[in-house]
Amino acid sequence: MIEKTDVIIIGAGPVGLFAIFELGLLNISCHVIDNLDKPGGQCAELYPEKPIYDIPSRVSITGQQLTDDLLEQAKPFNPVYHLNQQVEKINKLDTDEWLVETNHNKKVKAKCIVIAAGAGSFVPRKIPLENIAHLENINILYAVRNKSILKNKDLLIIGGGDSALDWTNELSKIANVTLMHRRKEFRAAPDSVSKMLELEKDKKIHFLLGQINEIQDLKNNKINVSVKYNDKIKTFEVDYLLPFFGLKMDLGSISNWGLNLNENLISVDTEKFQTSVPSIFAIGDINTYPGKLKLILSGFHEAALMAQECFKYCFPDKKNVFRYTTSSKDLHRKLNIV
Amino acid sequence: MKLKVTDREGNKHELEGDSESTIMEILRDSGLEIEASCGGCCACATCHVYVDEKWLNKIPPIDDDEESMLDQAFDVRISSRLSCQISLSEELDGIELELAPE
Ligand SMILES: Cc1cc2nc3c(=O)[nH]c(=O)nc-3n(C[C@H](O)[C@H](O)[C@H](O)COP(=O)(O)OP(=O)(O)OC[C@H]3O[C@@H](n4cnc5c(N)ncnc54)[C@H](O)[C@@H]3O)c2cc1C
Ligand code: FES
Repeated sequence: MIEKTDVIIIGAGPVGLFAIFELGLLNISCHVIDNLDKPGGQCAELYPEKPIYDIPSRVSITGQQLTDDLLEQAKPFNPVYHLNQQVEKINKLDTDEWLVETNHNKKVKAKCIVIAAGAGSFVPRKIPLENIAHLENINILYAVRNKSILKNKDLLIIGGGDSALDWTNELSKIANVTLMHRRKEFRAAPDSVSKMLELEKDKKIHFLLGQINEIQDLKNNKINVSVKYNDKIKTFEVDYLLPFFGLKMDLGSISNWGLNLNENLISVDTEKFQTSVPSIFAIGDINTYPGKLKLILSGFHEAALMAQECFKYCFPDKKNVFRYTTSSKDLHRKLNIV
Repeated sequence: MKLKVTDREGNKHELEGDSESTIMEILRDSGLEIEASCGGCCACATCHVYVDEKWLNKIPPIDDDEESMLDQAFDVRISSRLSCQISLSEELDGIELELAPE
């Protein structure tokens, strides 16, 4: 099924979220797609607890609080969020609309696309060893999509954060799990840590101090993993390796969409923040123009100007009247203010 | 003040810096391959370096934040540090370090 909206925003970082609001004021509806499992982009993923000091009028606000407030501000416009979805393809249809497709086959069409993709999608950080790429999604799983294939298998999970511990606890119910981390301290939630330690005490899982050293393909559907601790090396055979080393940002397919780029950033004009392709806009950290500053506040400004131009594509026959949110009855109605 | 760096190919570089900068900033601004994607906020571990043993007891000790972030790095050693968390100082003039694998 193809869903339909006025504008598709790629990226639910702070700039994509504020774009919902600016477009909403002009009666433009949106769908927002993000590869992460939650909105907020870098603010929510990299520094939820850290305070930001240069958001106008907010003396200090944490990354998560800013995200929560932006979500609240966008609420009156009923945006549709598609999370855990990475946009892979965009295509122009005969109707002059854009069709956007994700890696999980979600299809949405719209009149305009707004790329607010930051430094790209957050994707798992991979093990920097050579000659292991062919094992990816076969023996090395950076994400678990289908638990059932892991049933009764020998698993080595690596990491000390929430993903590593949550999966250790969860998969211990169905598989033989060994958790490996470089130290016996964990930055995961205290609840998950105590649960894991309990499982270890009851011998339901094994815990191993060490780091990955080498991986060998055994050609019998298994791999040999060699691990190092204090210069001692041990090897063992497992069915699956599940490394959880956090996330990094990756531009992905955006560079193949036929837009003019400048060192992996999308070139835009500073009046409309439109890309080299009409009706595709780029705002926030992903764009570049003379004098660009990668700041949240610059992205907010870009969102407001972009929305003015989107209006022309969405309502070619209508005139856009400039109004203040303070005084306009029409805007108050849209914002559900009575 | 000076900084002696070995890159991932084993080439040696001598860099100049002042106490206004972190070691990550000096490495990045010299054009060496260091991603430092979070810009020095101790949120990415892509500025990982190995500090030469001789200098280990001169640099300020590692804090919990940095130690946790190192969990996302590969091949972490006793000499591992995140270069954005160390500022250059008179004490560290001439410090020797090596870029960790990406
Ligand atoms: C530690 C740290 C501290 C910072 N401090 C400040 C500060 O004090 N003040 C300030 O102004 N700025 C600060 N910044 C920078 C600020 O966070 C960024 O400028 C801001 O997050 C950019 O917002 P954005 O919406 O453009 O992109 P991002 O926040 O990067 O969000 C982009 C989103 O798009 C998604 N995405 C990308 N490609 C795709 C795709 N193909 N399909 C689906 N989803 C996709 C990503 O998953 C991501 O969630 C800081 C950054 C860091 C890392
Ligand atoms: S630059 Fe990101 S942790 Fe140092």
